[in-house]
Amino acid sequence: MTTEATTTEKYLAVQQSDEFAGLRRKLRNFVFPMTVAFFLWYALYVLLSAYARGFMAVKLVGNINIALLLGLLQFVSTFTIAWYYSRYAARELDPIADKIGSELDTAAGVTRPGAATTPDDPEPEAAK
Amino acid sequence: MIPSLAAEASTSTSRTLTITLFLVFVAITLGITIWASRQTKTATDYYAGGRSFSGFQNGMAIGGDYMSAASFLGIAGLIALYGYDGFLYSIGFLVAWLVALLLVAEFLRNSGRYTMADVLAFRMRQRPVRTAASVSTIVVSIFYLIAQMVGAGALVSLLLGIKPDTTFLGMDADTAKIATIILVGALMIVYVVVGGMKGTTYVQIVKAFMLMSGALLMVILVLAHYKFNLSALLGDAAEQSGKGSAFLEPGLRYGVETAGDAAKTFYSKMDLLSLGIALVLGTAGLPHILTRFYTVPTSRIARKSVLWAIGIIGTFYLFTLALGFGAAALVGGKAITAQDKAGNTAAPQLAQALGIDYLGGETGGAVLLAVIAAVAFATILAVVAGLTLASSSSLAHDFYASVVKRGEASERDEVRVARIAAFVIGAIAIVLSIFAQSLNVAFLVALAFAVAASGNLPAILYSLFWKRFNTSGALWAIYGGLTSAVVLVFFSPVVSGSATAMFPDSDWHWFPLNNPGIISIPVGFLCGWIGTVISKESDADKYAELEVRALTGHGAH
Repeated sequence: MTTEATTTEKYLAVQQSDEFAGLRRKLRNFVFPMTVAFFLWYALYVLLSAYARGFMAVKLVGNINIALLLGLLQFVSTFTIAWYYSRYAARELDPIADKIGSELDTAAGVTRPGAATTPDDPEPEAAK
Repeated sequence: MIPSLAAEASTSTSRTLTITLFLVFVAITLGITIWASRQTKTATDYYAGGRSFSGFQNGMAIGGDYMSAASFLGIAGLIALYGYDGFLYSIGFLVAWLVALLLVAEFLRNSGRYTMADVLAFRMRQRPVRTAASVSTIVVSIFYLIAQMVGAGALVSLLLGIKPDTTFLGMDADTAKIATIILVGALMIVYVVVGGMKGTTYVQIVKAFMLMSGALLMVILVLAHYKFNLSALLGDAAEQSGKGSAFLEPGLRYGVETAGDAAKTFYSKMDLLSLGIALVLGTAGLPHILTRFYTVPTSRIARKSVLWAIGIIGTFYLFTLALGFGAAALVGGKAITAQDKAGNTAAPQLAQALGIDYLGGETGGAVLLAVIAAVAFATILAVVAGLTLASSSSLAHDFYASVVKRGEASERDEVRVARIAAFVIGAIAIVLSIFAQSLNVAFLVALAFAVAASGNLPAILYSLFWKRFNTSGALWAIYGGLTSAVVLVFFSPVVSGSATAMFPDSDWHWFPLNNPGIISIPVGFLCGWIGTVISKESDADKYAELEVRALTGHGAH
């Protein structure tokens, strides 16, 4: 608790560092556009279901129509985005996060990973 | 043997077997719960299962927590009766997981400890924000709980085959309903009070395994019946439904077009959009889902567990597609609605039909019906346990420890209060469910999603990504989103003024939609913004700490 002031300065310094700014940029440049993209793609699907019934009813193969295909494509896109994000995160985000995090951990005298029993928790009790 | 006697005998076999299988599930899960209680020593054990679960285990548990009776019986039934529109419902439930994966899970795991409020209150004034988060957590969880428990009560007479004029163990259908609600409530209280997060998690893992296996078996039988030709299954389902190809297209249940009534058609379509938005944005604001991310050691494993969950839940919804269309084709809408108007018995009835065809006649039918009925009860139990745990944790950790005791409560004291809270919330849920059992409360699940999307999600996203966000903004977002969703539903056709309403004989509705999301979610985000800009408070230092910790995992509990 006595290190409160210096801890805050430490966080501010990290937050303002180029390295952290790079991590934040890489994260936000991925997750925000991706969220917008899958939301619009889903919204398009729901809108087509509501307002383009003739189009959705077009049969492609046997009894399989565009509505079913688009529905299944929502599954495909969800699985693909999840897989792609995890690959992106592992390659682009995790190494930077680990580097910054372990520097902070070393400075604070804790070991990674899974610092579940952080001995010198910088937070005041009420904030947990 | 005359057919009715054969049916009588198979009902009795099936009933005995359902009860036996269910008791086996209860015995196993109680055993696990007692074992888990011995492993539960610290607050972290109780609230977060010691943060010791693997990505796969937590992924299964998330599936067990999320795939409620509304998903399993409800969606299969929707597809069986209304065809394509049931599938549309499940897609919202799945896509929602991308919000959790991309925007919430890892950051919550890194910066929080036990509850949703840990993140919301991180840089805010503790007491008001934790109170708000606690209120919202309990409201969402209680709505969801009542829907599940009333559902369990409604199912018991169907799954055990208790007819209106017959009795079972001396109970008529109404008594059996109440007895089931009490039994389900009592079991969930035991799981949560005794086993804490560890016990509850294992119950959810076992349930997910049972549900996936049972559903897979049925899917294989359905597809085998059609020689693995999906088009043939769809064609038969459409034909049996009597609705032809419209059965395979959107529009029979949601966004219904009423010829000559443009206003009704317009509102019906708006309702579809409103439901779609709430389903997608609600999941990442459900407290019982959020607390699951704390049960793994690191944010990276939290990510992995969401990936598993997406795989498991997505596969399950693909299964329900085959189950629903299978029930439409092999059981038929008429036979299903004769059992239950809402179609909730479609999956069990399909199990019986498949058993008769493929597993050796009446006995096989009785066995498979019993298995699926037992799975349905296990499904309900695992979900209600998760809900009770999340709400009692919030009451103890957010309200008692931070608001009442101002952060001075000892860990032991906090866990003791959490256990008492689980008991009290469970008891309240039992009483409310008994009171509500004769009412149509199926809309409460959609309402829980709408409240989570309108109140919790805006507050969580602003907290994590908006530097300027403050106490006032958090309170406005939570209370604004919560109130707008609840008020709009109260004045909607699901509560009064329609034949299927909660109070069908009264009419005070003025809001035309069944689902409030399309209004209440923007209101929640807008309230959060207004609340923020009208207050000067802003803690840049604490935001620096939150952001650095959320993104790097430094200082994670």
